[in-house]
Amino acid sequence: MTMFHQLMAKPWVTAQGKVDDLYAGGASSALAKRLALRVFLAVVAVLFFLLVTAYGTRMAYEDWRPAPQVSLLWANTLVLILSSIALQWAQYSVRRGRMDAMRVGLLAAGAFTVVFLFGQFLAWRQLATMVYFDVMNPAVAFFYLITGVHGLHLVGGLVAWGRTVARVWGDFDVGKVRQSVELCTTYWHFLLLVWLVLFGLLFTGNNLDLLLKLCGIR
Amino acid sequence: MDYVAHDASDFARPAEVEEMELYHPKTFIGKYIWSQDAKVIAVQYAITAIGIGLVALVLSWLMRLQLAFPNSFSFIDPSNYLQFVTMHGMIMVIYLLTALFLGGFGNYLIPLMVGARDMVFPYVNMVSYWVYLTAVLLLVASFFVPGGPTGAGWTLYPPQAILQGTPGATWGIILMLVSLAFFIIGFTMGGLNYVVTVLQARTRGMTMMRLPLTVWGIFTATVLALLAFPALFVSAIMMMLDVTLGTSFFMPAIVSMGQQLDYTGGSPVLFQHLFWFFGHPEVYIVALPAFGIVSDLISVHARKNIFGYRMMVWAIVAIGGLSFIVWAHHMYVSGMNPYFGFFFATTTLIIAVPTALKVYNWVLTLWRGNIHLTVPMLFAIGFIFTFINGGLTGLFLGNVTVDVPLSDTMFVVAHFHMVMAIAPILVVFGAIYHWYPKITGRMLNDTLGKFHFWVTFVGSYAIYYPMHYLGFAGVPRRYYAIGGTNFIPESAQALNASITIAALIVGVVQVVFLYNLVWSYFKGKPSGSNPWSATTLEWQTADTPPKHGNFGETLPVVYRWAYDYSVPGAKEDFIPQNVPPRDVVLSSNKT
Ligand code: HEM
Ligand SMILES: [Cu+2]
Repeated sequence: MTMFHQLMAKPWVTAQGKVDDLYAGGASSALAKRLALRVFLAVVAVLFFLLVTAYGTRMAYEDWRPAPQVSLLWANTLVLILSSIALQWAQYSVRRGRMDAMRVGLLAAGAFTVVFLFGQFLAWRQLATMVYFDVMNPAVAFFYLITGVHGLHLVGGLVAWGRTVARVWGDFDVGKVRQSVELCTTYWHFLLLVWLVLFGLLFTGNNLDLLLKLCGIR
Repeated sequence: MDYVAHDASDFARPAEVEEMELYHPKTFIGKYIWSQDAKVIAVQYAITAIGIGLVALVLSWLMRLQLAFPNSFSFIDPSNYLQFVTMHGMIMVIYLLTALFLGGFGNYLIPLMVGARDMVFPYVNMVSYWVYLTAVLLLVASFFVPGGPTGAGWTLYPPQAILQGTPGATWGIILMLVSLAFFIIGFTMGGLNYVVTVLQARTRGMTMMRLPLTVWGIFTATVLALLAFPALFVSAIMMMLDVTLGTSFFMPAIVSMGQQLDYTGGSPVLFQHLFWFFGHPEVYIVALPAFGIVSDLISVHARKNIFGYRMMVWAIVAIGGLSFIVWAHHMYVSGMNPYFGFFFATTTLIIAVPTALKVYNWVLTLWRGNIHLTVPMLFAIGFIFTFINGGLTGLFLGNVTVDVPLSDTMFVVAHFHMVMAIAPILVVFGAIYHWYPKITGRMLNDTLGKFHFWVTFVGSYAIYYPMHYLGFAGVPRRYYAIGGTNFIPESAQALNASITIAALIVGVVQVVFLYNLVWSYFKGKPSGSNPWSATTLEWQTADTPPKHGNFGETLPVVYRWAYDYSVPGAKEDFIPQNVPPRDVVLSSNKT
C-alpha cells in the first residue's frame, strides 16, 4: 500500500478494521537496516544539497572569483567510479554464491577508495601550492569544505567496509555478509553520485554558472 | 467505533513478528548506565535535559532581575546579559525541548506505543545519548573558559558572533559550535532509530493509521529534524572555519574596532538563510510532538475519541511539509527582495490553516466530552489557550508590514515564548503527570500537581501578557538596560518589575514539581498498570514499570485504533487496542 493510500484509511470503521487486522507487523532486521541506510542517505543528500545551494548563492555575487582547476580530479573521479564498479561486482558475486569473486571485489573497492582519498589529498596539496591559492577566496574555501565533507563520508564508509571484510573469511553467515555487501554498495553508489554532481557542477569549469543563468539568478 | 462485537471467526492470533535479539545486561552499570534499553535511555535523556533546562531557567531569572531592577546587580554587566540571553535561548530550544521531546518521550513512548520490544538499533540508541551528553558538557564547559560563553544571541548571526567585542567571541563561540555539531550527530543516530522503529517495528495489526497521534507527532518531528539539522550543521562548520582558519564564508570585508580585518566578501545573509532553514522547522520539531501528545491527553481525559483523527494526521504531515518553505519570515528586516517577503508571508499564513484545524479538533474533542479535570488535562487545556494566544500574534508577525516595526522588540519575545516556550512546556508537564505512573508505578501527588499547574499557567500569563505592551511601546529585546528614552513611558519600568516578580514565582514553583517527582517516586500512591483507563499499548504491559522487552512473553496484537473511548454498547468506557472484538464486554442492557 502506498503512503497515500494509508493516509486515506479510516481506522475507526469496521471494514477498515478487518483490513488493518491483516497487517502482519514488521521488524525484520534486514529491512530495518536497509531503511535506516536510505533515511541516512536522505539526510546526507540534504547536507550536500545545502552545500551546493550555498555555493551557488555565493557565486551569484559580483566579486566571485572561480577557483583554479585541478586536473587531478578527473583521475580521482575515474578511481571512484572503479571502486563503485568493484563493489557492484562483489554484490553480483555474493548473490550468486561466488565467495572468492566477492572477496576480490570487496578488496578492490577498498583499495580504489583509499587511492581516491589519497588522490583528493594530493589535489588539496596541489591547490595549496598554486599562485591563486587564497583561503579568503570563497571558491577555494568551498572546494576544501565540500571535498572534505565528501571524503569524510567515504572514510565512514570504509569503517563499515572494514567490518564487512573482517567477516568474510573462514566460516561466516552468508545472509549477513550478503546484506553488508549490499548496504556498502548502495552507500558507495550514492557517494559516487554525489561526487559526480559536485564535480560536474562545481569543480569543472563552474557549470553551476550556467545553471544559475538558466534559473535567472545570475 | 462500531467495531465492537461480531462474528466469532476472529480469534487471537499469535504475533508473527520476528523476535528481536535483546541484549541482556547483567550488572547495575549495564542496566542503568550503559543501557541499551530505550526506556532507560529515555530517562537518561529526560534527566539530562531537565538538568540543563534548570540552568536556563536560572539564567532567565538573572535576566529578569536585571530588566526589572537595572543598576542593582553588580555581577550582571552588559556582556553577561547577552551571554545569559544566548545560553538561555539555545539551551531551552535545543538542549531542553528538542532533546526531551524526541530523546525523552520518543524513546520511552515509540517502542511501547507501536508494540515493539525496543528500538530497532539499541546500540546506536545508546551511543546517541552519550553523544548528546557530550554536547551538553561542552556547552556547560563554555561557561568556564576565558571570555565565557558566547553572547551572540541564540541565532549566532555573523559577523558579530565572531568579532571581538561580542562576549565569548573566541572560546565561547567555538565551544558552542562544536557542541551543536555533537548534538546533531547524536540526534541523527537517535532519529534514524525513531523513524525506522515506527516504520518497521510495529506489531501485528498496528497499521500506520492505528498509531496514536503521539507517535505521529514524534515521528513527523523526527523526520523534520533529520532534514533540518543538516542546515545548522553546515552553518556551524562553515562558521567554525571562519573563526579558526580565517575563511570568509560568512564574513564580509569589515572594519572592527578601527581595524580592517582580513576577511573579504563572505555573506552574512547566507548564514541567515541556512540558520532559518533549520530554525523554522525547529519550531515545529518542538511543536509537533506537543500536538500529538496533547491530542492523546485530551482524548484520554475527556473519554472521547479524538475528533477527526485522519485530519489530525494530515495536518501534522502538512505542517511538517510547509514548515520548510516559510523560513525567511524571520528575515523580513534583512533587506530581502519584497517579492520574497510576499512569498514567505503567504506561505506563513497558509500554515495557519492546518494549525487552526488542529485547534478546532481539540476543542471539538472536548465538546460534550466526559471531561476529567486531572492534572494532565489541566495542562492540556492550558496548552490550547497559550498556543492560540501565541499563534494569533504569529499571524500578525507573519505579515511584513506589521513585522517590520515590531521586529526585535519585546513583542516578538512575548510571541515566541507563548507559542514555543510556554505552550510546549505545559505539554511536557502534562505528559510527565500522565506517564509518570507508567515509568515509576506510582502516581504523582494530585494536590501538588494542581498547585503547580495553576501557578505556572496563571504566572506565565502574568509574565508574557504584559510583555506584548512593552513591545508595542518599542522596548527592544536583547537590551541590558533601556536607559533614558523619550518614547518609552515611565510605567514600563513598573510593568517590567511585575513581570520579573511573576517570573520568580513561576520559577520557584518548579521546585514543588521537582519535589513531587522525587517524593512520589518513594511515597506516591501505587498506580496499577492503567490508572487512566487508556487504550494505547503502553498501558497494557504485563509489568508496570515495563521490564526490558516491554511486553513479557508475547507481543500484543492490535485490533483497533487508539481511540475507542465511550464506545456505544461496550460496558467499559474504553477498549484497549489489543482487545479483540469478541472479547469486548457488552453493556448489560444490550445483551
Ligand atoms: C518562565 C520561563 C522563562 C522566562 C522568565 C524567560 C525569559 C526570557 C528573557 C528575559 C529573555 C530575553 C529577552 C531579551 O532581552 O531579549 C528570553 C529570551 C529567550 N527565551 Fe526565554 N524565558 C523562559 C522560558 C523559555 C523557554 C521554555 C524557552 C524555550 C523555547 C525560551 C526560549 C527563549 C529564546 C529562544 C529566547 C531568545 C534568545 C535570544 O534572543 O537570543 N524561554 N527569555
Ligand atoms: Cu518561523
